[in-house]
Amino acid sequence: MSTPSYLVDTGPRKGVAAWLTTTDHKRIGLLYLLAMTIFFFGAVGIGVVMRLVQLTVFQKLVTAQTYNALFTLHGVVMVFLFVIPGLSAVFGNFFLPILIGANDVSFPRLNLASWYFFIAGALLAVTALFTGGGPPDTGWSFYAPFSIKTGTNVSLAVFAAFVLGFSSMLTGINFITTTHRLRAPGMTWFRMPLFCWGVYATAWVQILATPIIAITLVLVILERVFGIGIFDPAKGGDPLLYQHLFWIYSHPAVYIMILPAMGAISEIMPTFAKRTIFGYKAIALSSIAIAGVGSLVWAHHMFTSGMSEFANMIFALLTMIVAVPSAIKVFNWVSTLYKGAIDFQPPLLFALTFIFLFSIGGLTGVMQGALAVNVHVHDTYFIVGHFHYVMFGGTGFGFFAALLYWFPKMFGKMYSKKAIYASWFPMFVGFNLLYFSMLILGLMGMPRRYFHHLPQFDTLHVVATVGSWFLVLGLLMFFGTLLRALFKGGQAEDNPWGGVTLEWTLASPPIQENFEAIPTITHGPYHFEKEGQG
Amino acid sequence: MSEHVPHDDFGSRLGMWLFLVTEMVLFGGLFIAYSYMRAKYPGEFHQAGEELNVTLGVINTVVLLTSSLTVVLSIVAIQRGEKARSMGLLASTLGLGTVFLVIKSFEWAAKFHHGLYPNSAHLATLPPGEQIFFGLYFTMTGLHGLHVIAGMGVLAWILRMLAKDQVRQDHYIHLENGGLYWHLVDVIWIFLLPLFYLAA
Repeated sequence: MSTPSYLVDTGPRKGVAAWLTTTDHKRIGLLYLLAMTIFFFGAVGIGVVMRLVQLTVFQKLVTAQTYNALFTLHGVVMVFLFVIPGLSAVFGNFFLPILIGANDVSFPRLNLASWYFFIAGALLAVTALFTGGGPPDTGWSFYAPFSIKTGTNVSLAVFAAFVLGFSSMLTGINFITTTHRLRAPGMTWFRMPLFCWGVYATAWVQILATPIIAITLVLVILERVFGIGIFDPAKGGDPLLYQHLFWIYSHPAVYIMILPAMGAISEIMPTFAKRTIFGYKAIALSSIAIAGVGSLVWAHHMFTSGMSEFANMIFALLTMIVAVPSAIKVFNWVSTLYKGAIDFQPPLLFALTFIFLFSIGGLTGVMQGALAVNVHVHDTYFIVGHFHYVMFGGTGFGFFAALLYWFPKMFGKMYSKKAIYASWFPMFVGFNLLYFSMLILGLMGMPRRYFHHLPQFDTLHVVATVGSWFLVLGLLMFFGTLLRALFKGGQAEDNPWGGVTLEWTLASPPIQENFEAIPTITHGPYHFEKEGQG
Repeated sequence: MSEHVPHDDFGSRLGMWLFLVTEMVLFGGLFIAYSYMRAKYPGEFHQAGEELNVTLGVINTVVLLTSSLTVVLSIVAIQRGEKARSMGLLASTLGLGTVFLVIKSFEWAAKFHHGLYPNSAHLATLPPGEQIFFGLYFTMTGLHGLHVIAGMGVLAWILRMLAKDQVRQDHYIHLENGGLYWHLVDVIWIFLLPLFYLAA
């Protein structure tokens, strides 16, 4: 234990200055974690207020205009500042190099620059709230022509998203190069842990899709400032073009959000089943398939926008197809448990919760892929419920599972498992009360983004709002437990879960250089001794 | 601080190529917008294309192509250890870049003079397809112009590295990557020329 851990300052700078100038991928991962957790709770707070407004007693809490700003903000912050950087920025940074046996990413300084772009974008987004014509009221999708006509501060907000896109793109470039160039000797592609496959596929989507949103947002700004006309029907422009360009990025972006979470689940399942993953190649390649096919389904957001019937059918078909690789993953995770020696621990509980919630999210997604259903549920609470099952139940719970799994490694501390189990219960119950009610409300015809609702929707709105309280209670207990562990937790073992991937061969927390000597890899990633395969 | 990863020229080039991919997709979005609008207004795009000066467009193409050539020659020179020649060639790329921008600014000025710019009173009287054409023209050549300026900034920086021997015969990855970026700027222009100047 003579070599200090990465948490100890060894350079000339100390404390905050050392952290803000670090090029260590592990520290940068933690910088993202800190910033994103703050944004997450900010956006959760907004969500709670939006739910309160749906209770009759709190109807007067905010004005309709403020409500529009709230759902825009909630969406923008959650999407661009939490789920898009998501597991890639935190755990990808921390663990991608370690899992492939490298000491850092390919471009450590660019990595730090990406974090600064992220923070700059976040600050711009916050500035947009208090300057110009006030907080944007367009929804996170900035649909034209409203976004080019509204007097609110859309220009600055979309510029913020543009800068955030830069951060995402540069991270993608870094991770692809790292995966290609810095794998340890013997670490062939099919010996990489599946989290690396998830992050790698994500990185490709980041660099291939993000520039499209960048240019689209630039066009919105140019439209607002110079009136170039391209989205403005009065000048011969076409708002439908905006929708296409927006979703060409923003649909693949949901795979940016979910793929690394799927990768983390693929790490957790074998560790706690104590056997190799079922269908390694199928899971690895399905990540690539999701990234590929997922890039071709964007117009399923636009079935009611006035495209041709033929285009609608093609996109509906592709949407059905993209569900296949996701289902392949689910079946393989579940099969991994079969005949495993299951060691039930908090990360596994959250991983299983991920599978359950993500499956509901995925299946309701397939429902919407069917044209006839889509026309009915378009722009209703059904969409909101589905989206939250996928993004929160999927990416969010995947994030929590990954955090529980790797927390002891990252910080060298162990949390109270009982307290985590206790937090799971209100989270799970609250989550389903909240979002399943939304699914039903949507089928009953409750439109999304409405300030007030008709009396027949009252009961379910109350149920959903009460659910949101349970959910937040669980979240506070969860993060409270981890915070407490950070300061008062006992020293974690180097390998608390009996994992066999490379990070568990390191100290908890790892030393600054990760590996004293770069390891040579001789077998697949989930090679459990007893089983003798993998 | 960043010395814990081994130096890797191949990795640097790969990173640069990936960055170029993002740039191509960025312009790709505009090409999609262009195709969409041109399919919608074929006749009016033809009409509006008549307004552009093909001669100046072609001259600028030659200027930019030549500037790409001088970057390549600059790399060849530094590979042979001829520092002065390498610097001279790189400087001529910067010069040619400036010529390009000057010609471009004359073209833009002429358009403004004729009232052919977004939101102008004159443009508003033209058919919608022509308004869109000029909206796209200014957006795409403008964004390309910004890339020319950015590229020149990068190359000027590398020129300084050459002078300081930070780029030298046994270590010229920066110049190579800067050159790649400049070629991209060049390639995008090659697409812009037919889309706008030869649309008529």
